[in-house]
Amino acid sequence: MSEAAAAPLAGPRPPRKLYRSSDGRWLGGVARGLAGHLGLPVIWVRLVFVGLFMADGLGALLYAAFWFFVPLGVGGVEAQKPPTLVASETSPDGRRRLVARRPDKGQMVALLLMVVVAMVFVGNVNLSGGARAYLWPMVLVGAGVALVWRQADNARRARWVEVGRRRRTVTLLRSVGGVLLVTAGVSGIFVLQGSAAHLGSVLQAALAVLVGITLLAGPYLVRMTQDLSEERLMRIRAQERAEVAAHVHDSVLHTLTLIQRNAENANEVRRLARAQERDLRTWLYKPEGTGKDEADEPTTLADAVRRNAAEVEDKHGVPIEVVVVGDCPLDERIAAQMQAAREAMVNAAKYGGEGGAVQVFAEVEGKTVFVSVRDRGPGFDLDSIPADRMGVRESIIGRMERNGGTARLRAVPDGGTEVELEMERAEKTS
Amino acid sequence: MSDPTEANGTAGSAEAPGPAESGGGPGRRVRVVLVDDHRMFRTGVQAEIGQTEQTGVEVVGEAADVDQAVTVITATRPEVVLLDVHLPGGGGVEVLRRCAPLMADAEQPVRFLALSVSDAAEDVIGVIRGGARGYVTKTITGTDLVDSIFRVQEGDAVFSPRLAGFVLDAFASTDAPPVDEDLDRLTQREREVLRLIARGYAYKEIAKQLFISVKTVESHVSAVLRKLQLSNRHELTRWATARRLV
Repeated sequence: MSEAAAAPLAGPRPPRKLYRSSDGRWLGGVARGLAGHLGLPVIWVRLVFVGLFMADGLGALLYAAFWFFVPLGVGGVEAQKPPTLVASETSPDGRRRLVARRPDKGQMVALLLMVVVAMVFVGNVNLSGGARAYLWPMVLVGAGVALVWRQADNARRARWVEVGRRRRTVTLLRSVGGVLLVTAGVSGIFVLQGSAAHLGSVLQAALAVLVGITLLAGPYLVRMTQDLSEERLMRIRAQERAEVAAHVHDSVLHTLTLIQRNAENANEVRRLARAQERDLRTWLYKPEGTGKDEADEPTTLADAVRRNAAEVEDKHGVPIEVVVVGDCPLDERIAAQMQAAREAMVNAAKYGGEGGAVQVFAEVEGKTVFVSVRDRGPGFDLDSIPADRMGVRESIIGRMERNGGTARLRAVPDGGTEVELEMERAEKTS
Repeated sequence: MSDPTEANGTAGSAEAPGPAESGGGPGRRVRVVLVDDHRMFRTGVQAEIGQTEQTGVEVVGEAADVDQAVTVITATRPEVVLLDVHLPGGGGVEVLRRCAPLMADAEQPVRFLALSVSDAAEDVIGVIRGGARGYVTKTITGTDLVDSIFRVQEGDAVFSPRLAGFVLDAFASTDAPPVDEDLDRLTQREREVLRLIARGYAYKEIAKQLFISVKTVESHVSAVLRKLQLSNRHELTRWATARRLV
């Protein structure tokens, strides 16, 4: 029946509630919100308001009432337009945010239009000279009030829409402009009342009243803003907790179910538990934004080592303990070293896994990157392996030497094998 | 962070149970207080190490939060406290802070061994600098834990490979400027020892590897620990701040 209804909404629609639209609005978003709610083109609603405005300003009153009572909503009011104006973006910390894409020039147009309409209205209305004189100040006051109200709306909107810093000055200017307009209008009324002579004293009195009100209401206002910010903090906390709960629910409960189902398969249980633990640790201890979502190709040594170890661990079911000291970006040499290290881990997991966890140590010291992979298995003698078996020779030693590094295999005193890989970083990397 | 089954660096799987190995007589006893907010975990540890006849460990008290811990430790004066890092009321660091006089006691010092499920750098460095004599993760085996307790009781430090990695990392950046006092820097030997711990070697294996005695290894590790605690030089602070560890 309308754009809103045509929107691809799956399932039963929630009961519709009237919201003012924060997207693509000109003034208060009332017309757009109403249009969305009623399923009419926006322009019709706007025309109706303008028409009503001509009827002794009824439209303006109505509009103001709507503006005052109807809450501001975001998106959803009209399905076709919002994407161009507001887009959701994933911010660095992984949270989804709405980002204003374009400063709303519509508002300026709207204000100009309003002034023009008001002029026409004033020009048309046939009033006695006395009353008519008051109209201009009234229009000024109205424009000022609209400007400031609109401002408050924006402040509310800014809670869920990130607005650029640049616009803060604009908002300030707008507030000041609004206040000036209202002041001018009120002063105009006084002047017209013939008390122009007393203007000075009237302004003084007004100022005094203002100061008094500020003094009386000030502490209360401060307390209120403090309460508000506290409440906002609590809400953020709650949101974070919900995020944690969601993660725990998704992955941990899932894994626990799998573990229960595979209870008799000890290896599988161990693998699941370790994979889950690794995942949870990454999620809990990694700095914001990294590793919380599935990362793509690793770009640093530490990431690469951990990734390799995790993959080998998952595949072979042998715990691999990783210690990384220092970090550096991956270049092609280090990447080759990582591949060699991965081969070494696979070997260690396959042949030395019974003796306990495989230990991987990576260190960046100056330009040298050192990786050691050790297991506590039965040990292994390179010379005793037939010459046609290329696994270790080619994929570990050969690969390292081709790239200008060295690889050493040696038996550890108390059993087990240690593979040491040493590589100089490429020159050009800083 | 993928090594939860991390064994501590002191005891390889091939090693005999700790007490006999670390030099004390068979009749040695150590009085231990368990501080952990999970009752299940305390019960588990108690079951694992609590048979005093076999292990020589006597659990004389338990506590579930910081206040309780301080009260129990002051009342029972154990030789070793197994301290969880995450505790209600300020965490393990707070317990360490409030028990500082007990640690400094010359007659019968109380020593702390941090035992945590977390191996995040900020937890590890935090409690070590707070004065704990060692750090092991909760996945440690009972034998290794008993061994670690005795080592700590004797005043030695117990490092896990990961902890050794953190320490190396912490000192790596401080070693560059030559203006530093010697106290703040690790000697070549200490670095070597740390590196071997980080590579998963047991103290005994390190001794063999470097042709030194186990006692020497222990003294090197203790020296590292002392330097880590004393090291309030701006480099370390800067390093920690850069990584948001403090």
